[in-house]
Amino acid sequence: MSVAPAVAPEPPVLALSDVRFAYRGSEPPILDALTLDVAEGAFVAILGPSGGGKSTLLKLLAGLERPQAGTMTLAGTPIRGPRREIGMVFQKPTLLPWRTVRDNVLLPAAFASRASDAERARADHLIETVGLARAAALYPGALSGGMAQRVGLARMLMHRPQLLLLDEPFSALDAMTRERLSLELQRIWMEERSTALFVTHSIPEALFLADRIVVLAGRPGRILADMEVPLARPRTLDSLGAPDFARLARQLRRLFDDSIAAGDPVR
Amino acid sequence: MRRLLAVLPPAATFLALWAAWSYATGPGGLPSYLLPPPGAVARALWSGLADGAFWPHIRFTLTATLSGYLLGSLAAVITGILVAESRLFERFVFPYIVAVQAMPKVALAPLILVWFGFGLASKVVLVGLICFFPLLVNTIGGIRRADPDLIAMARAFSRPGWWIFLHIKLPAAASAIFAGLEIGIVLALIGAVVGEFVASERGVGYLIGSATVNMNVAVMFAGVVVLAAFGVLGSSLIRALQRRVVFWEGARNDLPPAGRT
Repeated sequence: MSVAPAVAPEPPVLALSDVRFAYRGSEPPILDALTLDVAEGAFVAILGPSGGGKSTLLKLLAGLERPQAGTMTLAGTPIRGPRREIGMVFQKPTLLPWRTVRDNVLLPAAFASRASDAERARADHLIETVGLARAAALYPGALSGGMAQRVGLARMLMHRPQLLLLDEPFSALDAMTRERLSLELQRIWMEERSTALFVTHSIPEALFLADRIVVLAGRPGRILADMEVPLARPRTLDSLGAPDFARLARQLRRLFDDSIAAGDPVR
Repeated sequence: MRRLLAVLPPAATFLALWAAWSYATGPGGLPSYLLPPPGAVARALWSGLADGAFWPHIRFTLTATLSGYLLGSLAAVITGILVAESRLFERFVFPYIVAVQAMPKVALAPLILVWFGFGLASKVVLVGLICFFPLLVNTIGGIRRADPDLIAMARAFSRPGWWIFLHIKLPAAASAIFAGLEIGIVLALIGAVVGEFVASERGVGYLIGSATVNMNVAVMFAGVVVLAAFGVLGSSLIRALQRRVVFWEGARNDLPPAGRT
């Protein structure tokens, strides 16, 4: 990604060590002894079947749940609750139906009536970035699923977060919209240069978007594999047909098959 | 043109009913002390309105209904917010709310008249009490049914609890609150009329009651027509307000289930 010498170890912007989490009264835990370092500016896909603890991991990082054990730090500071430096996109669009697109993007700051000029300018810029300039005054009820998720992407970026958390943001969309939004997400991420954690259960999606893929599966969820994706950026839809891409996809698929053979509760 | 067409079917029904009613009360039909002909009811209504005899009653019933309705609704929304948002308050108060809700409030009318006198105050109290509970139950339900995913989203973006209440839970509850308000306006009218039946010197309920004593059935019907007009007008006003306030629900009619009286 950069021209820095390979030996210089960048301090990880996000560090998880021995994280354990279980919902009350449920055994085995969803996550146990999870350790993960993420380098600044990396795009990491968390890939795995449903029930592997991917979404739970994002909830912990967003500060919505607290781990029972272990530590999580963002830029050296422990994560103890929701933080402004973290932006998130959810599986469902989760827009306020009674607010305009513009107000929904402004939500992490303040609604338009109270926002500062700088915040309004930022929101308008983001709305333009995700291609919704003409829809800024509409209410979410008038948007398609793809447009609604674009609003979600813009809202995530409102505070220029250091860390982006994306929880299967495209899983409810049709295949065409998915591809288009993946392309746009790559472009936006290359502009904003934040660290991104992208949860998905789609191998092509993970390969297309990520620099690094962490495979999380089983109960308790553990890291089955952690691999680099040495494909050049910007990637295009043609990259999906490249031989490297096919080889990596095969490798990942075999990993899942092995994990099923090993008796992991992979659905 | 389209509006005119929309009015035609109900107008046809009205004419048919009028004709059937006229026929039933015509020569050889029901005696007028049981069912007066529609023309007699219309005349009684018109003369009562024209010579001013109805107006003090109408004013009294409207005052009692509206003040009781406003006070009861305000109290219901505030109590509903407290119950929905405070576990402590809920634990202390909710069992009693359930108990009082199951009780027919109309049965309290004589007691309330003893406490608050035969004037306006007793009617206001009865009206407030009777429209309080459905709105209370709808407010609590509406706030509790706010989408947990929206709340989690707002928390992830560091929005404080009061903000989540104001901008997520309250708007989410708006249509349930309006459903409670719409039930309430009709119940409020019932409360006022029951109060006037039991003991009063004024009001449309009193008018109907005194007409009964005189066997003036046409005036009884005229009073009922006035009350029906209030009810229809009141719920249309609430529905119009709802369409403006809860605009994002569009023209959907699937209101949440209303509380019982």
